[in-house]
Amino acid sequence: MPTSDYDPACLPDLLPLYYRRLFPFSQYYRWLSYGGVSKNYFQNREFSFTLKDDIYVRYQSFTTQNELEKEMQKMVPYKVDIGAVYSHRPSQHNAVKSGTFQALEKELVFDIDMTDYDDVRRCCSAADICSKCWTLMIIAIRILDRALREDFGFHHLLWVYSGRRGVHCWVCDDAARKLSVAARSAVAEYLSLVKGGEETLRKVVLSDPIHPFINHSLSVVERYFQQYAIVEQDILCSKESVDKVLALLTTHIKKDLTIYYQDEKNPMKRWDRLCTNKAFHQGRLSSIKKGGQYFDKEIMLQYCYPRLDVNVSKGVNHLLKSPFSVHPKTGRISVPIDLKELNTFDPFEVPTISLICEELERPRADEAEEDDVKDKENEQEAGERRRIRDYKRTSLAKYVKVFDRFLEAMARSWKGEMLKKSGELETSFSVFLTFMSFTYT
Amino acid sequence: MQFSGRRKKLIGNFQNDLYDQCLQFYGQPPLENISLTEFETFAVERLKLLKTVENVGVSCVKNSEQYTKKLDAEISSLNFPHRVELGDQKVQGGISEYEKRRKDHISHFILRLAYCQTEDLRRWFIQQEMDLFRYRFNCLHSKHKTDFLHKNNLKYETVSAEEKKNLKDKLIASSYGLSGTKVEEHDVYKVPFQDALDLVRTRKVYLLAGNAYIPHHEIVTIVLNDFRTRLSKALAMTARSLPAVQSDERLQPLLSHLSHAYVGQDYSIQKNIGKISLEQIDALSGKSFPLCMRHLHKALRENHHLRHGGRMQYGLFLKGIGLTLEQALQFWRSEFVKGKVDADKFDKAYAYSVRHMFGKEGKRTDYTPYSCMKVILSNPPSQGDYHGCPFRHSDPELLKQKLQNYKVSPSGINQILELVKGMHYQLACQKYFELTHNVEDAGFSLNHPNQYFTESQKFLSGGRDIKKEVDMSQRSQENPASVTHPSQANSKQAHEEMGDLDSFFQDE
Repeated sequence: MPTSDYDPACLPDLLPLYYRRLFPFSQYYRWLSYGGVSKNYFQNREFSFTLKDDIYVRYQSFTTQNELEKEMQKMVPYKVDIGAVYSHRPSQHNAVKSGTFQALEKELVFDIDMTDYDDVRRCCSAADICSKCWTLMIIAIRILDRALREDFGFHHLLWVYSGRRGVHCWVCDDAARKLSVAARSAVAEYLSLVKGGEETLRKVVLSDPIHPFINHSLSVVERYFQQYAIVEQDILCSKESVDKVLALLTTHIKKDLTIYYQDEKNPMKRWDRLCTNKAFHQGRLSSIKKGGQYFDKEIMLQYCYPRLDVNVSKGVNHLLKSPFSVHPKTGRISVPIDLKELNTFDPFEVPTISLICEELERPRADEAEEDDVKDKENEQEAGERRRIRDYKRTSLAKYVKVFDRFLEAMARSWKGEMLKKSGELETSFSVFLTFMSFTYT
Repeated sequence: MQFSGRRKKLIGNFQNDLYDQCLQFYGQPPLENISLTEFETFAVERLKLLKTVENVGVSCVKNSEQYTKKLDAEISSLNFPHRVELGDQKVQGGISEYEKRRKDHISHFILRLAYCQTEDLRRWFIQQEMDLFRYRFNCLHSKHKTDFLHKNNLKYETVSAEEKKNLKDKLIASSYGLSGTKVEEHDVYKVPFQDALDLVRTRKVYLLAGNAYIPHHEIVTIVLNDFRTRLSKALAMTARSLPAVQSDERLQPLLSHLSHAYVGQDYSIQKNIGKISLEQIDALSGKSFPLCMRHLHKALRENHHLRHGGRMQYGLFLKGIGLTLEQALQFWRSEFVKGKVDADKFDKAYAYSVRHMFGKEGKRTDYTPYSCMKVILSNPPSQGDYHGCPFRHSDPELLKQKLQNYKVSPSGINQILELVKGMHYQLACQKYFELTHNVEDAGFSLNHPNQYFTESQKFLSGGRDIKKEVDMSQRSQENPASVTHPSQANSKQAHEEMGDLDSFFQDE
């Protein structure tokens, strides 16, 4: 499939083109303005840029879409991060009396990074990913998306591929943006099941009764587990990986399985044996007391359940990579993921900046005339229209469409908010008038 | 509250409605005239109650039998409302339930005036009021709990019977201590998840569409959060309007006296000044010092040095047991000089800080020795520090070794370690007192290292007589403060009562 070999050395040439003709500024601005319901929401938003030679600049802020565009085209950031909406314009934070410059709101975000699963994936490690371990991301998205919508009642979630080894989730509901630090960390802890670092072997501990959230998550994991873990990851094949699994079990079960595995080499049969082992120990109160009866579920969760970094989600002022930012190492664009097509999403199909720039250069005869006519209009509008036509010609198009749909759904809620606000204003004004007339009689 | 002639009209049965419940949220301030006498009495008695709440919370395990008994006794003896319906009025000794509730209401608001001014005061007041509220709420019958929520417009929707039925299994699987019958019989509340963060964080509640489904028996946590938020906001607002109140000469002295009294004995006024000689300190450290100070003293002797945190904690303690400035300077210099510091350097660098502790430098604040709360909660020690509370800050293994070195019995050590595990640091220290003094019950609630020292000295020299002596000297030292009040005719009574105030705050 055409990815057009990406070479990081080309970034300085490709980025200016990307920011001039492909980056979807108007949708981006529309998103971050949130319908203008809150004054200065866009103006008080912090952006940070990583420039060439790893120069990092914080507290960038812009007053209009135009200013954002001009600055990005001028500075040509290698990476763009989005931060919080502050009490004042971030670019003027030094002029503000100390203590009064504060982060007020930000989307609730989650960052799932494949490196956090290194202890349970065998196909790759560190920054690498492949189609086999990508399943972990699918599982993570399904579990978290359901929980955030059904348990927490959020509606506007944007899932984004980070460009290399993970996914991000931006929860954009008004209620989510207003969450306190304590609330964010509570949500993240509620969603965390895998706990412990290097020294902890058994990272998931279940006890009776099992919370409905865990049951929901288990049903997702169970759908993928056998194919993913037993077949593709082959966790019950080699001695090394079998030992890792057995280390999570009690001595009796471990003993039984070690003997059984000496003769039985089929991984599926090995797994079945492990699961049915609990029947043997049903009567043994000692193993049940410690919640030992859920060891098969615990193993499935330890190998598959999403691992999120609570610190990313906790902070109101935490900066996270922006959607449509370019990943400097892989060249891939951080694109929104369409959950309806999640099963067929292929991270290796995500367009790189080199690809889309190349696609841009391919001549399209029929467009040449349109250009002449429309160029007579306002230069900015023309530029925008051109840009819209431009990305539509590239592989970026379908991902911008996902973003558009996401914005449309949110726009409906903004409209509701605006109506409510103007209604409130009317009501309080009329109460005021009534009061005034009463006092003067 | 009105103190001048202007009267506010009572709106019909407003008063009766106001006090138809034993417990209240203190949403509305009282709107009546009240005599200065009542004003003071109410305030002082509520303060006594809150102090008991604090002591009992530290010395007993919350909601244990001991805790309940002690608190019940205090609430009754001070005539605060408790566990009784307005209808069951057995007017004993002339104080009706209605009167008690009125007192509860008014005294709370008076104390708001006294405790709104600084962050520390606010925090203390909110903490004790919350503990008191939690206790009284938990004492309510289930039905009365529901009544309370309804009456106070706490927007906690109850879940319909049908929804309960549909969600029954999920509810049972999410909440601790919930059975099928409980779900059917009792209310389940639906609350936005942001109001139930503690339950969400630990996944101890069922969540659906952004709402947490709280069973009846857990609603107190949510109510308490609400209570804390409201009280916190109210105190901030009160602080802003305080200047107007303080300008009333009759009230200002009482209010400031109240807010200073909360700490009770703070050991800022030293008795027995000069009665301790430097030679006695080594022996005293083994006999009468609490573990933290014994630890600091030992570190000082061994290293001939202590860092700032240790110097402050130990230095102020020594001041509290009666060391004079001259003695303190001699003590620290002689020790530091044995180490890497020569006499000149000591005089230049460290002497200043010792004098500072005694209020002879800088802004001349006479610093008070640290209470247990302060030692436990602030400024945790890092590498190279010896201050802090050993029960809180030492690794249990190291603590065990230390106690073994000090010849504490193995069973005693275990008891101490159990208390430490349960985070009852002051109780652990009390236990240490009991074990080192070979006594069953310490006979006091430990909240200050100097208190430990005083009690220990008292115990070792035979007890009762010394206490009376101490009381007398303290009374005579603190009474002069009340003479500064303007002596107006109608405040003469107040003046006398002011003197009596101190006696309320003696430890039993």
